[in-house]
Amino acid sequence: MGLASLSSSLLYTAFVLYLVATFFFGGAIRDKRSQSSVSGWAKVGFVVTIIGFITHVGYFITRWVAADHAPVSNLFEFIVAFGMMLVGAFILIYSIYRVSILGLFTMPVVVLIIAYASMFPRELSPLIPALQSDWLYIHVTTAALGEAILSISFVAGLIYLIKAIDQTKVGKKTFWLEFVLYSLISVISFVIVTTSFNFINYEATFTWVDSNDQQLEETYSIPALVGPNQGELQTDNRFTPIVDTPALVNAKKLNTLVWSLGIGLALYGLCRLVLRKRIGSALKPVVKNVSLDLVDEISYRSVIIGFPVFTLGALIFAMIWAQIAWTRFWGWDPKEVWALITFLFYAAFLHLRLSKGWHGEKSAWLAVIGFAIIMFNLIAVNLVIAGLHSYA
Amino acid sequence: MQNVKCECGHDNPHGTILCELCGRALTEKAKEEKLYDMRYEGSARRSQTYNKSIIDKIWNFFSSVKVGIWIILLTLISASLGTILPQEFYLPNNVDPSVYYEDVYGTFGKWYYIIGFYDLYNSAWFIALIAALGVSLVIASLDRAIPLYRALKKQRVDRHESFLKKQRLFAETDKIPDETELQRVREQLKKKRYKIREENGALFAEKGRFSRWGPYVNHVGLIIFLIGSMLRSVDGLYIDELLWIREGETLQVPSTKGEYYIKNEKFTVETYEKEDKAGVFNEALERVGTVVKNYQTDAVLYRDENNKLPGAKPQLSELEKDDIQVNQPMKFDQFAVYQTSYQKDEMKAMQFALTNKATGREMGELTVDLFEQQDSYDLGSGYKVELLGFYPDFDGFSKEGEPKSKSPLPNNPAFLFNMMSPEHPDGEVSFVEIQNTMEPLGETDYKMTFKSLETRDVSALTIRKDLTLPILGLGGIIFMAGVIQGSYWNHRRIWIQKKNGRFYAAGHTNKNWHGLKKELDFVFKGASIPAPEDQIEENKK
Ligand code: HEM
Repeated sequence: MGLASLSSSLLYTAFVLYLVATFFFGGAIRDKRSQSSVSGWAKVGFVVTIIGFITHVGYFITRWVAADHAPVSNLFEFIVAFGMMLVGAFILIYSIYRVSILGLFTMPVVVLIIAYASMFPRELSPLIPALQSDWLYIHVTTAALGEAILSISFVAGLIYLIKAIDQTKVGKKTFWLEFVLYSLISVISFVIVTTSFNFINYEATFTWVDSNDQQLEETYSIPALVGPNQGELQTDNRFTPIVDTPALVNAKKLNTLVWSLGIGLALYGLCRLVLRKRIGSALKPVVKNVSLDLVDEISYRSVIIGFPVFTLGALIFAMIWAQIAWTRFWGWDPKEVWALITFLFYAAFLHLRLSKGWHGEKSAWLAVIGFAIIMFNLIAVNLVIAGLHSYA
Repeated sequence: MQNVKCECGHDNPHGTILCELCGRALTEKAKEEKLYDMRYEGSARRSQTYNKSIIDKIWNFFSSVKVGIWIILLTLISASLGTILPQEFYLPNNVDPSVYYEDVYGTFGKWYYIIGFYDLYNSAWFIALIAALGVSLVIASLDRAIPLYRALKKQRVDRHESFLKKQRLFAETDKIPDETELQRVREQLKKKRYKIREENGALFAEKGRFSRWGPYVNHVGLIIFLIGSMLRSVDGLYIDELLWIREGETLQVPSTKGEYYIKNEKFTVETYEKEDKAGVFNEALERVGTVVKNYQTDAVLYRDENNKLPGAKPQLSELEKDDIQVNQPMKFDQFAVYQTSYQKDEMKAMQFALTNKATGREMGELTVDLFEQQDSYDLGSGYKVELLGFYPDFDGFSKEGEPKSKSPLPNNPAFLFNMMSPEHPDGEVSFVEIQNTMEPLGETDYKMTFKSLETRDVSALTIRKDLTLPILGLGGIIFMAGVIQGSYWNHRRIWIQKKNGRFYAAGHTNKNWHGLKKELDFVFKGASIPAPEDQIEENKK
């Protein structure tokens, strides 16, 4: 048990270090003296990031030893591994371009990802037979690395958009930029909601009826705004749902989503009130010194570097393993299909860029959409669409 | 068609935009451009040149990257539609999709079925989209690769000034640097692994040209992959069979024309125990319940030596023994046998006792093997039970009152017995199903009492042969090689020349301008020659 708890502490340390690194990268932006060369703040930020990365890898290895299999077997482990790869990808891209603003935007995303992952069951889980193979870590780590490098393209794209979008004209662009930022805030909101109710040990049990007319029990750990099909509250003094859902919908997950989006909206509104302007507009001074061409290139370069890695990990290694474990290299399982969609999307991105000249802003929007697809496959497909992969 | 003659004297193929040798613009449009479009070196592409016949039109349609992107996007969107509801092949086998979708998903499911999305990936239009992708890949690649190859092969060291001026990275000066300075530049270029060619005062440094072929190589890989996946429908290349095999059974391996037999010696399922791995999984096991650790079939593979002799009895000789587990198929010949699924405790036999209802005395026991029933079971002393009907998967009665069986598998066995006794030599009829007995022809004095059930495990093995795999593998390897070649290397060129008392330097790369700029800074560091500057950024300022 010692190793498993050491592993958790290492992850916690990495989490804190990433937060610290964020502040240093932030300091680099305020450091007016050094516009051209890399400022001391950024250097410290980068070193802290690297130390964080090493502890993160330490978490990975110790957990691997403790469970005797690569820690990529449930949603918590997979998202944390993705976060680790994201830091790795950042270190790679940062070493090429040395743009501190990239750190300022990447590290909070990493922090958010780890916090998000921690909301899922964290215990070491045994492997079902299909997962007992070396291909588990070969396939999953390469796929996650590919997705992580592609995600750096999103971070760069986001920086581009914040800088390039004209905040004096209200329109589609400002709306969608706010939407992206609101989505990130909703993740924070999800973490806050989940931890708060966890903290006060909220529990409400319902009986409900599924689509086969079977009566089942479900325990909510946050108040049910959305109740299950024909749900009957079994616990006293608990919030009664406002609406019931049809049997097909997973009411508990929908409820969590409603909470996250709702509180997210409240947080977003609060930010607007405090800032007295759009968040995109408030962030503008932060990216003042950014060269648009440079972040555009970083965004494109990340796609160029990430695309082959992604293809190798998420399609080719995946197919080899599927042939061994599931007897066929391809079976149109939702997770497979979404990996293919990601692949096709970035192929389209490269062709658009190459021949239609979609540089700059258009390319940045594409990077945002690509990230949305990756997140959808990483999270939503596991949670929403059931299939062979939904082991979480 | 007529060739285009350039001022430098070179004969260019019809449709050329920039002279293959010196780089002068040959069309009015190109002459007016601020910066040249260098993507295909201004070479003559068929699609840009001819537009007369129907073949030209088809060619031009498919060679357009715009069309290609549309095809990619349409494929992507269609593929996503198939993930909204489970596809037909993931449904339980005993359901009828035409009612299932509506039953489970309501009106939405009904429409999903009607539109045909329930089997989207096998639909003609989806396959047509993939085919269009393939055609587009071939045509677009041919349209560009050949002229590009010509243009890159022919390019001269000495280019016309107008060509250099219209490169994105460009500098000029009237300070002519001396030989020592040029020598330094050469050395720096060599350090960066450029290949240098020189001709009458012009220097041309180039590296990574092979990366230009990356996209074409990866497209070839994709095409091989697509062809490979179509070959699956060719007879004999692809076999996919499911074999349910019970413990102790020896069965012919399907699709091997009786050549191979396989025996299931023993089937085992193991689950994780609390003590496993010093208890690290306890928390998870408590939350989710049992988790299967392993299931396996201890199998023996035989060959029938008499397979070729018509009418001869099989004579089996053992070939190999293997415990087949998930992730560890057994391989033989071109086949692989996978452990796919199992059913625990399938009913094998049922034991009954003929009982006198009034006294409760048992007159004897009989065992009905659910796979091999007898017509009658003699219990001695005038007691006998006839099996009038056996319904392995009983599913209610038909309109005529006949019992029905859903399948030949003994999932819900029911029996129609005729019980003969000294009192009733013609017998009394009793219908017995699990937990229920009926007396359809009137009340009886005897009954069949259920005593015990014999079960065994059934293992599901997938028998698979896929001769398309090597082709798919080849396609995959070529694809990867191509993407890596095109992504991790760039084609960089630097032109330096003295002409008419002026000095010019220009640079071009197909991607990663940042890298080229850094390299140029390095090459020209400390020299009086200015490093080429980005004309695009200049324009923005
Ligand atoms: C899933 C399908 C496809 C994939 C994965 C793919 C992949 C690629 C990649 C990775 C590149 C290099 C891009 C870069 O270096 O930035 C490329 C270039 C290219 N692709 Fe595709 N492609 C696909 C389909 C198509 C189709 C359908 C067309 C047809 C119009 C096409 C035409 C081209 C062209 C013209 C180039 C540029 C070649 C050059 O610059 O020399 N591709 N492709």
